[in-house]
Amino acid sequence: MSMDLSISRHWRRKYSIYRLQAARCKACGRVHYPPRPACPYCGSRDLELVELPKHGKLVSFTKVYAVPEGARAQSPVYVGLVDLGATKVVAELTDITDQTQPKEGMEVEAVLRRTRVDGEAGLIYYALKFRPAIGVPDV
Amino acid sequence: MAVVGYGHSRFGVRSDVNMAELAWEAIKEALETSGLEPKDIEHVVVANAGGWSSEPLPAVVVAEYAGLTGKPLHRVEAACASGSAAVASAYEAVASGMADIAIAVGIEKMNESPTPTVVEFIGRAGNYFWEFENFGLTFPGYYALYATAYMARYGATEEDLCQVAVKNHYYASMNPKAQFQRKIDLETCMKSRYIAWPVKLYDSSPITDGAAAVVLASEEVAKKLTDSPVWIHSIGAASGTANLSKRDDYSGLKAAQLAALAAYKRAGLEPENTARYFDAAEVHDCFTIAEVMAYEDLGFVRRGEGYKLVREGQTYKGGLIPVNLSGGLKAKGHPIGATGVSMIAELTKQLLHKVEPGRQADIRKGLVIAHNVGGTGHYAYVTILGLEKPKAR
Ligand SMILES: [Zn+2]
Repeated sequence: MSMDLSISRHWRRKYSIYRLQAARCKACGRVHYPPRPACPYCGSRDLELVELPKHGKLVSFTKVYAVPEGARAQSPVYVGLVDLGATKVVAELTDITDQTQPKEGMEVEAVLRRTRVDGEAGLIYYALKFRPAIGVPDV
Repeated sequence: MAVVGYGHSRFGVRSDVNMAELAWEAIKEALETSGLEPKDIEHVVVANAGGWSSEPLPAVVVAEYAGLTGKPLHRVEAACASGSAAVASAYEAVASGMADIAIAVGIEKMNESPTPTVVEFIGRAGNYFWEFENFGLTFPGYYALYATAYMARYGATEEDLCQVAVKNHYYASMNPKAQFQRKIDLETCMKSRYIAWPVKLYDSSPITDGAAAVVLASEEVAKKLTDSPVWIHSIGAASGTANLSKRDDYSGLKAAQLAALAAYKRAGLEPENTARYFDAAEVHDCFTIAEVMAYEDLGFVRRGEGYKLVREGQTYKGGLIPVNLSGGLKAKGHPIGATGVSMIAELTKQLLHKVEPGRQADIRKGLVIAHNVGGTGHYAYVTILGLEKPKAR
């Protein structure tokens, strides 16, 4: 896994990873996550950085048993496709209990959580995950 | 244009041969069935997704070993639909008049890398998806998102999905080229471990080494070569977004729907209720949910009704339309670059009554259809073959 756990790359992407920063195309209005310098739909280079809402609805989900090294302790990992209105994101789900089993349409909100440990570099990576909404996104 | 030759290696763990030798098994049979020698071939296309194998330039190695050096040659890649891309590229060479006889070869040796590397490589396919890097979602995970959405919307169950695996293993048990020549029961699939809920081990296609080849010829040449050409009626192709979160719907694959529409239009067929046209279909069942979605994306039945075909056994022989009589990707095996070519070789043999008894379709209408998807609907090819020459358009 070390091939894609790059510290500097993670640093460069901190705003999209920790703040859900996206780019909105001023020409056609589409929102792209992660942000892009040009709109892949209309070609415009006039984009502005926007923060995505921290609250959304679950479109679909899965429970992944084949998880990468560094996250094995948390296996299995729930992963959801979350509709944030402006765009959709794929993200880990957390705080799933017997009472809060994920289902289509479930309201979810973002929280900052630990995602992986890089054994070689000794770094702990964090990311936004989504939990069943209790009304207070924690980011 | 017609398919005039077909070849197929045994699929499975093929550590007994190197890449060139494995490809030769398919090429040799394709040359023999077409009555041609290497010197007669005018154009060569090799499909190989690669990344896990020892050959960085597989096309030249394969061509040299097969005595095809000197011909126009290239490698194509469209993930798990690479094989169909090779057939399409060979088709274009003949259709354009660039060649009269072209060969499409699909080859993959996936067992040259350890499984986690292969899983990661596939997971990183396509823009490496972004999601994989941060959230650890691998290829089965993407199809699992589709499976969850499909089940929630239409009421399909895990049993329904496992029935696809039971059917495909049943037919693979009669296919001597298949990786898993054994039947399984529903319980075996249901009790297998989860890879990404609701996708279980037995919902998933295996890691496979294998090769397949088909020889295509122009109408004039085909008529000289054989009394029984299998005509290519149409090839429809399309693509989908790299990033899954950019899609609108998660109960079908848009790229496959677009490819099917293109193929039907070109062949002069209505896009609805399409099972009536075909004697058999080979569809892309990399995971069992993919086969169910294929029924709908190809228009055999309406949206949300695909799983009912499985439940009623309508895709066995004698049902509405027999699907994956080869065993499918699930049980025949899924050597990425070879799969699309394997489908065309298999369907050609089906039309010519050349497959093993028990899994030979009844050929009444003389038309068959192949559906090959790359990634999670990132690429899609739909190919229609027939015994009658297509009407001139
Ligand atoms: Zn735009």
